[in-house]
Amino acid sequence: MENNPSISISNPHPSGVDLIQKTGLILFSAGLLMFLIASTGTGMEKPVLFAFLSIFLSVGGAFIYFFRKYLTKPAGVKNDQIWQNSLTSRGVFAWLFGIIITGFYVVLYWFPYVLENMIRLMDPLSKLIRGKQADQWFLYGTLYTLAIVVMGTKAILKYRHSNYQIIRTSSIIFFQLGFAYLIPAVLQLFNQPEFYFSYFWPLKYDYLFPSTVSDLTNQPGALGVFMVFWGGMMTFIATPVLTYFFGKRWYCSWVCGCGGLANTAGDPFRQLSDKSLKAWKIERWMVYSVLVFIVVTTSLLWINSYYQGAVLGNISEAFAKTYGFLIGAVFSGVIGVGFYPIMGTRVWCRFGCPMAAYLGILQKYFSKFRITTNGGQCISCGNCSTYCEMGIDVRAYAQKGQNIVRASCVGCGICATVCPRGVLNLENGPLKGRVNDNPILIGNKEAKINL
Amino acid sequence: MKETIDIRKLCINNMGKNIVIVGNGISGITCARHVRKLSKHRITVISSESEHFFSRTALMYIYMGHMKFEHTKPYEDHFWEKNTIDLIKKFVTQVDANNKLVLFSDGSSINYDVLVLATGSKSNKFGWPGQDYKGVQGLYHLQDLENMEENTRGISNAVIIGGGLIGIEMAEMLRSRKIGVTFLVREKNFWDNILPLEEAKMINRHILEHHVDLRLEAELKEIKGDSNGRASSIITNKGEEIPCQFVGLTAGVSPNIDFLKNSDIEIDRGILVNNFFETNVTDVYAIGDCAQFRVPPAGRKPIEQVWYTGRMQGEVLAKTICGERFPYSPSHWFNSAKFFDIEYQTYGIVNSQLSENEQTFYWEHSSGKISFRVVYDKNDKKIIGFNVFGFRLRHEVCDEWLTQKRTVDYVIEHLPKANFDPEFYRKYEPEIIAQYNKQSGKNLKLKARKGLLATFLK
Repeated sequence: MENNPSISISNPHPSGVDLIQKTGLILFSAGLLMFLIASTGTGMEKPVLFAFLSIFLSVGGAFIYFFRKYLTKPAGVKNDQIWQNSLTSRGVFAWLFGIIITGFYVVLYWFPYVLENMIRLMDPLSKLIRGKQADQWFLYGTLYTLAIVVMGTKAILKYRHSNYQIIRTSSIIFFQLGFAYLIPAVLQLFNQPEFYFSYFWPLKYDYLFPSTVSDLTNQPGALGVFMVFWGGMMTFIATPVLTYFFGKRWYCSWVCGCGGLANTAGDPFRQLSDKSLKAWKIERWMVYSVLVFIVVTTSLLWINSYYQGAVLGNISEAFAKTYGFLIGAVFSGVIGVGFYPIMGTRVWCRFGCPMAAYLGILQKYFSKFRITTNGGQCISCGNCSTYCEMGIDVRAYAQKGQNIVRASCVGCGICATVCPRGVLNLENGPLKGRVNDNPILIGNKEAKINL
Repeated sequence: MKETIDIRKLCINNMGKNIVIVGNGISGITCARHVRKLSKHRITVISSESEHFFSRTALMYIYMGHMKFEHTKPYEDHFWEKNTIDLIKKFVTQVDANNKLVLFSDGSSINYDVLVLATGSKSNKFGWPGQDYKGVQGLYHLQDLENMEENTRGISNAVIIGGGLIGIEMAEMLRSRKIGVTFLVREKNFWDNILPLEEAKMINRHILEHHVDLRLEAELKEIKGDSNGRASSIITNKGEEIPCQFVGLTAGVSPNIDFLKNSDIEIDRGILVNNFFETNVTDVYAIGDCAQFRVPPAGRKPIEQVWYTGRMQGEVLAKTICGERFPYSPSHWFNSAKFFDIEYQTYGIVNSQLSENEQTFYWEHSSGKISFRVVYDKNDKKIIGFNVFGFRLRHEVCDEWLTQKRTVDYVIEHLPKANFDPEFYRKYEPEIIAQYNKQSGKNLKLKARKGLLATFLK
């Protein structure tokens, strides 16, 4: 098959793009172009007009395109041509797109002044919801949220045969738009600390740093104290309890913005994750190292704070923040998102996220969650493994009739959605029989080989 | 556990046998894997189709772009060396049973102590005029897929002959590339020699929804070609000419055993075996699509051409090879398929026509894409089989109910226990039981619930 070029190169049979879809594409491109031209400085005279019109055009255009694309076909798995399309199979367009996003992240983190005009375009919106001028992070947050809303809607249309996907994706959009965008903005409008109720330690590593805790508790009013209480409660009580009942998915694929972007904007790239045993080995030492690092750093900071700086002195906080920036921001942003079209969507979640590591340990050892394999019905086709964004070789379990109990599984449910034989099911069930390493492949009971 | 130790001992005592398996499909590979689990025998797997085992059922997804060939390989390439299973990519032309030799097309050969034939099937061709034109093909082997890629490049219209599982897969493949498809089905409804009327009609409708020109009770009379020797149209039994550039022949498959025609191994349609998969020649076995039972197990067909049965047969034979002679005695029948967007599962026996002693209950959702059927004994009401479309059932529960010979009333009442649909899916059991009560005049109530509350209670 490798010698047959037509299967790996770009799609020789482009699917029909009709007039309505083309109109949508034109509007989308016009909006994008307007935004780019306005950010050269020409839009500064009428920032309201340019910002809102360009966003309205591109979002509207994208909606027209996706609604037309998916609603004209019966509901069902829509993965045709994924591996024949350059953008979604590491072709030329994938590399171009990857370089553009990576470049955007580099500029955003290290050269934000390059984006000055683009940031100024966001001023009217920022003033409206935050009561102050925009900065690079507001620009980033706005684009991020728009990506989740637009591509989330697309994901809902694409997976509309699955109620699990419809509800889960709606939850992602809700938490991003509300908890990770509007609420922190409105808090600032009322002169409160910018706080993200949907992010907790150890992902938001500094939320349990002594400095953050003292800043918040010293805020006038009770809200700061509540924020500290909320953060601690979510990390140490809600997370273990919710994970016990539902698995880590309650967070990773229902609430978290990183997972949210992966499951919406990143959905076209989910099949690119590395499924090899080697990748799994690297994943295990890497992700748990990050968790250990954050736990150690946080502990040291508290010890240091208890002894009033006697242990680490004043450099400790800066040290922690630099490392946090490298891991949390650069890894999650530049590699985590920038490399979507090359390495798949969950690179950060899989190799770097300390929250995922923490949730993973809970899921593996203290949870009712598992993906159940339906007896002997697996045909080893490989759709489940191919479309697993976490690089889990789902088929390796399913074809043996084993349940899938893996620390890394984020419970997105796509394996069960794309399985052509209805073999997989995400379930929260009794602990007994959750891990079945030696199942009988039903239909062949007499031939049980017990090894 | 005690039994396990015994098997291992036997195998270790027996180690060093040279086991040659012809065919690296699901049957041959399952056999090889289980022999390796149980013993240190030398294992060699021969195939001319591909270097490594791949999932044949996934071929359609390669064409449609859901996967690449590498994704259809269930084991990473280092698996075979790690498990000391030797792989040879050669074409077998003959078996010399007297000298225990397998001969290859390149003139070389390999000797064996134990030979397992797991050579699968080939597409049926019934001698239609024009069946050898370019652009005319079946779909079974990897090479068929490569040909299909070539044969369908840039074409606008295709005709598929034969209304079975491969036919509808081929229709879905071609439609994914916007190629017009005319689908000739000999029967009155799609696959109605297997499916009961209601389900067959449901799939008829769904085929039309996907813009396939479904022609029922239509047969192929002749394929016409152009001056380049390429198919240009077909003529049906009704005399209609349908222009096309591709003809898919999907009227079933038959055992791939031509290479045995002059050997001592007894064949009929397939390689004749007893229920230990033993052929008439000592130390030669046959499993999977290519094997034909002299006396089939109760309720089974003489040739089983299904992924699941191939896998079971490979597992059973491994035991016999490793010293514990073990008969094939499969449990309840099960199977699954997907017709475009509609999933199908079956457990137990559901025939297209009810037999004398059978009755059935059938429910269909108003969408016309979801259904549930149970077939049961007219007299004692004990269940015989299930068919579900667009609705997933739990294999374990269905299998248990069939073993326990539950009554139809019990099954309808406990249906939520067998529900395998994902979370947040609509529950159909209330509708099903309401219709059952209406038709039977009974007043059954659902016994189990599945939902958020149950999550906490479990």
